[in-house]
Amino acid sequence: MSINEIQNEIIEEFELFDEWEDRYTHLIELGKKLPILPEEHKTPDRIVKGCQSSVWLLPTLQAGKVVFQADSDAMIVKGLVSLLVRILSEQTPQDIATAELYMFEKIGMTQHLSMTRANGLASMIKQMRMYAIALS
Amino acid sequence: MLAHIDQIRADFPILQSRVHGKPLIYFDNAATSQKPKTVIDALTTYYQQSNANIHRGAHYLAAKATGEYEATRETVRAFLNARTEREVIFTRGVTEAVNLVAQTWGRQVLKQDDEILLSAMEHHSNIVPWQLIAQEKGAKIVVIPITEAGELRMDEFTKLLSEKTKLVSIVHASNALGTINPVKDIIRQAHAVGAKVFLDGAQSAVHLPIDVQALDCDFFAFSGHKVYAPTGIGALYGKEALLESMPPYHGGGEMIKDVDFEGSTYNELPYKFEAGTPNIADVIAFKAAFDYLQTLDREAIALHEQDLLAYATEAIQTIEGVRLIGTAPEKMSVLSFVLEGIHHGDIGTLLDMQGIAVRTGHHCAQPLMKRLGLSGTVRASFALYNTKEEIDVFITALRKAQKMLI
Repeated sequence: MSINEIQNEIIEEFELFDEWEDRYTHLIELGKKLPILPEEHKTPDRIVKGCQSSVWLLPTLQAGKVVFQADSDAMIVKGLVSLLVRILSEQTPQDIATAELYMFEKIGMTQHLSMTRANGLASMIKQMRMYAIALS
Repeated sequence: MLAHIDQIRADFPILQSRVHGKPLIYFDNAATSQKPKTVIDALTTYYQQSNANIHRGAHYLAAKATGEYEATRETVRAFLNARTEREVIFTRGVTEAVNLVAQTWGRQVLKQDDEILLSAMEHHSNIVPWQLIAQEKGAKIVVIPITEAGELRMDEFTKLLSEKTKLVSIVHASNALGTINPVKDIIRQAHAVGAKVFLDGAQSAVHLPIDVQALDCDFFAFSGHKVYAPTGIGALYGKEALLESMPPYHGGGEMIKDVDFEGSTYNELPYKFEAGTPNIADVIAFKAAFDYLQTLDREAIALHEQDLLAYATEAIQTIEGVRLIGTAPEKMSVLSFVLEGIHHGDIGTLLDMQGIAVRTGHHCAQPLMKRLGLSGTVRASFALYNTKEEIDVFITALRKAQKMLI
């Protein structure tokens, strides 16, 4: 699926929830389902700078596509990371670098995109784009 | 409970806001306080009726603005009980005040192997400026340890003092823990070995009565935005003889007496340290904040804030897995805590969704967090306009957040 197809799928998924509690509970559940990143990969150089919580990102290039593995020690952040992995993993570096991520606004998570250091979604996106460019 | 709390709340327009559809509960007062309408109005009034550059102009508005600007200085002098207005320097806040003293007094006095005593609970702004000058001069930073409860180890402090100690720079009340330090004792002991004392009053000025003469501190700094005044303004107090002996900080207009390409002479205190056109509007609105506090019973406010802290401290301990960080007997209205197995950032987000503003993280005190073995805490800090009803909502919201995260 293309990046936008996945984004639209996520938007539809979140449209089922009217209350913020349900949206966040869903986000937390998605985080819990994120494949485990083995401890040996959680090295300081893989920590995304600019996040209050620790976020580890491990990119690899497989058959011309970037595969992201990730983890975080905070649950909401991990939920956000899981969405990013779902959208951007197994895409081409070119698509990752140029993707327009409109989804967060549509699912009511806009506040996480602000440049506060509280969770650093913006920093994660920037880091993923940089990895994609570096791997292309 | 403070009388007329509803009236007080009505004085702060932002408290009527809703956040994520819920009434705002603002518990991030240790980061910055909200502003009463009189302070906000003072800014507008200044630009509409008094705007002019000060001290120089030959016209009516310049005289008016200068008068209002200098009236704030007298108000700050009285607030701190400084001896004269020459001892009150306007700065952008505590951070600039520390940098000013480090780069002037520090540059002039510090030598190889001299020691600067800081505590393990300092804010980064009372660490980094000293590191910068210490590295340059070959001086050393020595750290006063703290107990598990977040109190200074006064026994260790006494042992660390020596003739090498040139300065003790210490936070009056900790932003991350709330601990009120025994500064009078610290100052007395530091002076006994000939060291100067800088007090970081960022948190204390709003809650405690400050008397720099009774304290006998050499420097005291606080920020306006934490005492209901605008951002970008604060004050540095220094003993007059010390300030006189110090070289200027920034060069430029206003701070000079006579300028020649061969050399310049400098203006008298306090102008020697106020180069360039100052932050006139915020200085004038700074006074409006003190005027506002004057209309209230400050003793009753202090009791109210202590009452809120005691109420919240008791209520939060009914939640399983809560651990209070900072349990000194003498505390400001700061409630710092962690919830077992839950990241502080997650709590912050879920409280925010319920309209409650708290601070999470290391509170710009990374060495303190490392000492306590924490990556951060959740901090609720109370001000005069907060209520027990808000604390009840906060406790319920915290339980809800915990349930969602486990």
